[in-house]
Amino acid sequence: MNPIKPKNITFHVSNLSIGYSNKKQQNLISTGINFDLQQGELTAIVGINGIGKSTLLRTLGNVQPKLKGEIHIDNKVIEDYKSGELASKISLVLTEKIASKNLTVLEVIALGRQPYTNWIGTLTPTDKAKITEAITLVKLEGLQHKKCYELSDGQLQKVMIARALAQDTSIILLDEPTSHLDLYHKATILKLLKQIAHKTNKTILFTTHEIEVALQLCDKILVLEKQNSNFGTPNELIATNKFDTLFPKDTIVFDATSGSFRVV
Amino acid sequence: MQHPNSYKLSFLLLLVLLVVCFGISISFGSVSIPFSDTLSAIFGGETQKESWGYIIKNYRIPKAITAMLAGSGLALSGLLMQTLFRNPLAGPFVLGISSGASLGAAILIMGSSLLSGFLTFGLVNDLTITIAASIGSFAVLLAVMLVAAKVKDTMALLIIGLMFGSITAAIVSVLSYFTAAEQLQQYIYWSFGSLGNLSWNQLALLGTIISIGIFLSVLSIKSLNAFLLGENYARSLGVNIKKQRYIIIAATGLLAGGITAFAGPIAFIGLAVPHLTRQIFNTTNHKTLIPAVLLYGAILMLLCDVIAQLPSSAYVLPINAITSIVGAPVVIWLLVRKKKMVF
Repeated sequence: MNPIKPKNITFHVSNLSIGYSNKKQQNLISTGINFDLQQGELTAIVGINGIGKSTLLRTLGNVQPKLKGEIHIDNKVIEDYKSGELASKISLVLTEKIASKNLTVLEVIALGRQPYTNWIGTLTPTDKAKITEAITLVKLEGLQHKKCYELSDGQLQKVMIARALAQDTSIILLDEPTSHLDLYHKATILKLLKQIAHKTNKTILFTTHEIEVALQLCDKILVLEKQNSNFGTPNELIATNKFDTLFPKDTIVFDATSGSFRVV
Repeated sequence: MQHPNSYKLSFLLLLVLLVVCFGISISFGSVSIPFSDTLSAIFGGETQKESWGYIIKNYRIPKAITAMLAGSGLALSGLLMQTLFRNPLAGPFVLGISSGASLGAAILIMGSSLLSGFLTFGLVNDLTITIAASIGSFAVLLAVMLVAAKVKDTMALLIIGLMFGSITAAIVSVLSYFTAAEQLQQYIYWSFGSLGNLSWNQLALLGTIISIGIFLSVLSIKSLNAFLLGENYARSLGVNIKKQRYIIIAATGLLAGGITAFAGPIAFIGLAVPHLTRQIFNTTNHKTLIPAVLLYGAILMLLCDVIAQLPSSAYVLPINAITSIVGAPVVIWLLVRKKKMVF
């Protein structure tokens, strides 16, 4: 990559509204979301419970429809992609457990190659190389032939990340990749994500409750609010006091000097 | 990424076993025919008695082929259901397809007895029962498909299938309450299941239906593998969920509906065979599993048929009872041994 040239914007989101709708009514969860994501950046979505972090992620991943606004991926509106095309642009790591725990680690990761394989799913040498690369990057070498029901939560999360890597997309979206993990594994996963973003030049976006860890590790943060969310680097957001209003002030306050929250 | 070569031996073994079971199946029956005559009848030679050749060509071989088609088809539809519904206990019966067939047969057999006798004289025979059962299973299948278009949740679809099954079972009960003993008996005989009533023409039709079902399944191999991760992941891998769900349900309907229409309800094969197959083939890849369940299903069904035949006796036990007696303990054994059922 040429360092002088500005990095490519992979995700361009403008005036997005998210939520759920049926024939009778619209249930708006969050509106006025604007941000641009660039290649090689790790970005966190933070916000209070129920503000729509997962909904936003699922909307961006085309799992559920948006209500208003525009999502551009590589300068093309998300609706213009066929489902097959989008599969080579965005990969997902969701909170839901995989349906069959009888799959081996290798099988799960190999399924990430589906957008590229032939009608019956035969793996070419290129596919196998990508799978090996993903396994090496996430350091799963010893576990390849284990069944998923034999794995711990942390290991399973790594497998899902490896699967997303094998899908070889420019964007990876992860919904709460660190929930149910202890502090050590949380830090391990997030450091891994940062390393992947910087090394492979992928755009990685994830939701999290670990604001303090995110502040230390992420390139950008999206602070999701009911209206007009804030987006920027951790330092910008702290400098403009964007975290002060994140939680109700009578319970938790933000200490800008240490970058941490305190219970009042 | 699999080790495709390590399964070659297993496939070869199953294939040999299939041929052996086919041989056993046509060698035994209520009339005992020497093995040499059986062989010569198969390859078009002469037999000591002319009737032996006739029995083998027009009775035993069609029956053995029916058994293989039924076993393969039910096993495949069970595999499809378990993957689609993410449920190791799913089988062709859960969508209500078999009960739909039962409803069709029940309405024809018992409903006609409620009408005046002369109007329906000669209406109830093997052919009309097959037609009625087909209509019944496809009516339920159609209803399930209509619901599937509305309901996004696959689990809800499973429950709806079970409810359809309950409704048809209830209607059958009501019908049997008002039916004369003779018609009731005829219905009960149909519900025993039977592999031996198919002519070569009917067999060709059943074969065609099953081939279409297998063809649709093979086309869906990639999507079926993606479904193992769950629907959202499958969608993110580029699978057209809605279309694939229709194709898989249609394939199941053709397989299970077709077999139930021709051979009556046959329990447990669809549920048990995919699990038994996974004991030999330690993979979740449908590219391996589909041919494996087809072979395994055919073998198990032939064996059940041999048992049902009670070798060298004049009795033929109901095949539906035999498959349950063989199938249910297998499922229990698997659960006890592995302590959990995975798919």
